[in-house]
Amino acid sequence: MSADLKVNKAADNAAKTERLRAGFIQRDLIGFAVIVIVAALGYVLFPDNLALLTRILAIALLVLSLDLVTGYCGVATLGQAALYGSGAYAAGILSAHYGVTDPLVMTLGGILAGAVAGLLCSIVMLRAHGLPQLVLSIALVYLFHEFANKASSWTGGSDGLSGITLDPLFGIFEFDLFGHTAYFFGVALLLLTFILLRALVRSPFGMLCRGIKEDPVRVRALGASPHRALVKMYVISGAVAGAGGALSAVSTQVVALDSLSFTQSAEALVMLVLGGTGSLFGGLLGTVIFMLFEDFVSAANPFHWLTMVGALLIAVVLFAPKGLYGTMESAYARIRKRHDGEARE
Amino acid sequence: MQTVFSIAVDALAYGMVLFVISIGLSVTMGLMRVVNLAHGGFAMIGGYIASYVARDLGLGYALAIIAAVVFTILIAIPIERLLYRRIYGQPELTQVLMTIGITFCIIGIANFTMGPTLKTIPLAPALQGSADIGFRTIPIHRLFAIVCGLAVALGLWYAIEKTNFGIKLRASVDNAAMAAALGVRTEIVYAVSFAVAVGLAALGGVVGAEFLPVEPYYALRYMVTFLVVVSVGGAGSIPGALAACLLLGAIDTTGRYLMPEFGEFFFYLAVIAVICIFPRGLAGRAK
Amino acid sequence: MSAVFEVLNLKKAFGGLVVTNDVSLSMQPGDRVALIGPNGAGKTTFVNLVTGALRPSSGEVQLGNETITKTSPAGRVQRGLVRSFQVTRLFQDMTPAEHVGLAVLQRTGKSGRLAGNFLTRADVMQEVIELLEKLGLASLAHRKVREIAYGQQRLLELAIALALKPRVLLLDEPAAGVPQSDTGRIEEALADLPPDLAVLMIEHDMDLVFRFARRVVVLAAGTVIFDGLPSDVTKDARVREAYLGSYANASHHA
Repeated sequence: MSADLKVNKAADNAAKTERLRAGFIQRDLIGFAVIVIVAALGYVLFPDNLALLTRILAIALLVLSLDLVTGYCGVATLGQAALYGSGAYAAGILSAHYGVTDPLVMTLGGILAGAVAGLLCSIVMLRAHGLPQLVLSIALVYLFHEFANKASSWTGGSDGLSGITLDPLFGIFEFDLFGHTAYFFGVALLLLTFILLRALVRSPFGMLCRGIKEDPVRVRALGASPHRALVKMYVISGAVAGAGGALSAVSTQVVALDSLSFTQSAEALVMLVLGGTGSLFGGLLGTVIFMLFEDFVSAANPFHWLTMVGALLIAVVLFAPKGLYGTMESAYARIRKRHDGEARE
Repeated sequence: MQTVFSIAVDALAYGMVLFVISIGLSVTMGLMRVVNLAHGGFAMIGGYIASYVARDLGLGYALAIIAAVVFTILIAIPIERLLYRRIYGQPELTQVLMTIGITFCIIGIANFTMGPTLKTIPLAPALQGSADIGFRTIPIHRLFAIVCGLAVALGLWYAIEKTNFGIKLRASVDNAAMAAALGVRTEIVYAVSFAVAVGLAALGGVVGAEFLPVEPYYALRYMVTFLVVVSVGGAGSIPGALAACLLLGAIDTTGRYLMPEFGEFFFYLAVIAVICIFPRGLAGRAK
Repeated sequence: MSAVFEVLNLKKAFGGLVVTNDVSLSMQPGDRVALIGPNGAGKTTFVNLVTGALRPSSGEVQLGNETITKTSPAGRVQRGLVRSFQVTRLFQDMTPAEHVGLAVLQRTGKSGRLAGNFLTRADVMQEVIELLEKLGLASLAHRKVREIAYGQQRLLELAIALALKPRVLLLDEPAAGVPQSDTGRIEEALADLPPDLAVLMIEHDMDLVFRFARRVVVLAAGTVIFDGLPSDVTKDARVREAYLGSYANASHHA
């Protein structure tokens, strides 16, 4: 009897486990499909504006990287562009100064540089908490900015880094003037990153990080070191941001000083919060909406751009503090609950 | 020797300007626990108003200062009521976002209404030129900035240590819930402190326009400088803020004089070093 | 038998205020010790010193034959000194399975893994479910913590601690705030703790202390004033003074 019960229970648990696994995979596939569909739609609808779409892809990687530290670990930073810009300059310098013109190697260089920048920034930033930590993040991005500005023989200073040349991708696909190759390269990079990050955020490590966000004391009582985990997450985040920077360098073949700026960091934070922190879908949604909005407004009236961003930010804080995706998600959950309730009655 | 002396005078004057602008930020952060990134925006508004009054209307420097303080406070009151009220006690990230939003709006609106160019504030004739102090001459405006800083420091010290309001303020900083239970109307303490903070920012914006020129990106450009003062000095501490301002003023000014090419680079490096060495600020209490 | 846990002349002063003064305590595997004392006796400081949240001014803490006085809080847990919290400090948006799973992976050194989801891994989940079952929480394994009752959260605290397979377990008021109807379940769980585990329980509820502890240590004004059998504690003159001196009206409690 008790043996039977045990077998039943084991089977029950196995079934539950299987359901969970299926649920995760289903959500991954939906996310994957949504990105592919949106990317294809963009390609079909805006064939003349692939440069903008590729820029959205690069910034999406920056926003995802910010989500890792801010959304999943609870570290507020206004200096994430330091990691993004490091990736962009690394990829650009490889080509412009070292003649490394293979786009894949350049991207790898960007990823590595981003990871190293992430390591450096985390070692500095994790010395403090709260306001001093935030100030450190701002000081860091200004420091990177100043450094790139002054090292003009390497970076081109305020004129930007130019002279980036590229081999065809895999030796086959030329980076054409219309940006077709760059766009597909960007979509592939984002899809790959998305899948890897989906796995990351529900891995044991991802769960540990969510724990750190909520209660570091509790995490220590589990025998884990929050500091070490945060440094690790920063390195990963740097790699993702670096990939975004490299994509921007590869696709535009210039690197502007702006890619290392405080404004770029702040805008990335706005996009993340607009979409919703702590979910990869939220970060992507926020990026797309913000960038299209930016394109629209700055075409209509560039003078008001900053005012609009400010107003948008205030509106999000006041009316949708969970971001668009978070608000949609909880609305959906409410509807489903009500529906379930009715179905039971 | 002459260089050392001018650096010292400039550093002191610049430090005092930083102090006048940042001390309000420090007190409100200590009091209301709001990470207010828009504080520099109010200093900038003060500068614009003073420029308008003194240059465009030609009404004189003294009146320009008064108008700047009064009108900046008037502008800030509805912003406090409508926006800041919502973020008291909220998580840090929310406060950062809201106040960055406010900063962006201030910049955008300033850019639109006043144009992207630099605005000057003509000094009163009495403040122009140099004063002879025996062995050296000092630009009078520098002296004026130093006197302003000292006056603000002394005034705040007196208000906080010696007046009834100061007692309520300190009680609210220490433990808002307890102060409220003892009958202190904390919302009034908050509102008054916020107004004083904004007024001081405006004053600093006007007096410091020689060091921090008034233009739309002022609010963003010096945001980190003001925040650094607070995080280095420790929120709510007047001596801490004063020490931080003098230190940062000295670093920044010396950097500009000796290595104009790398001035900002060393400034940010110094900021990072100071925060890393004193993660809780110079006057920060160990927990 | 040799001591598994030893505190030697532990002292902590905040400025001039001495809050823990020359406290020594030794525990064997299987010990069931209750640490009691009037409010302000320094129990919380003692826990913080032992777990590493505070650094002692002087004295030593030993686990097995290793001195851990300077080890980080996380390092102490890894070596087998585990604590529970006075009020639950759980991750509100995670499930009991995730909490216990994280603890199991942490113990086995796999919590830093960047991929793979233990919720879908049979070997980890088997241990998780067994532990949750033992504490009557299996049916709640995949609910969010914020949705489960307080008493069950306290049981989950215990499950997490056990998942770390401690040698020494510090229980900080394991039944505090739990409604009377649920304390039975917690007491059962306490009675079921592994027999070779050394348990130090900080507790106010004297009924629970007398049922659980085979030895009682009394802390007052930062020093140990009694260390002996539960049956002797109420007869001790210094204990009576420490409690009755300050709580004359509450004498029947002690």
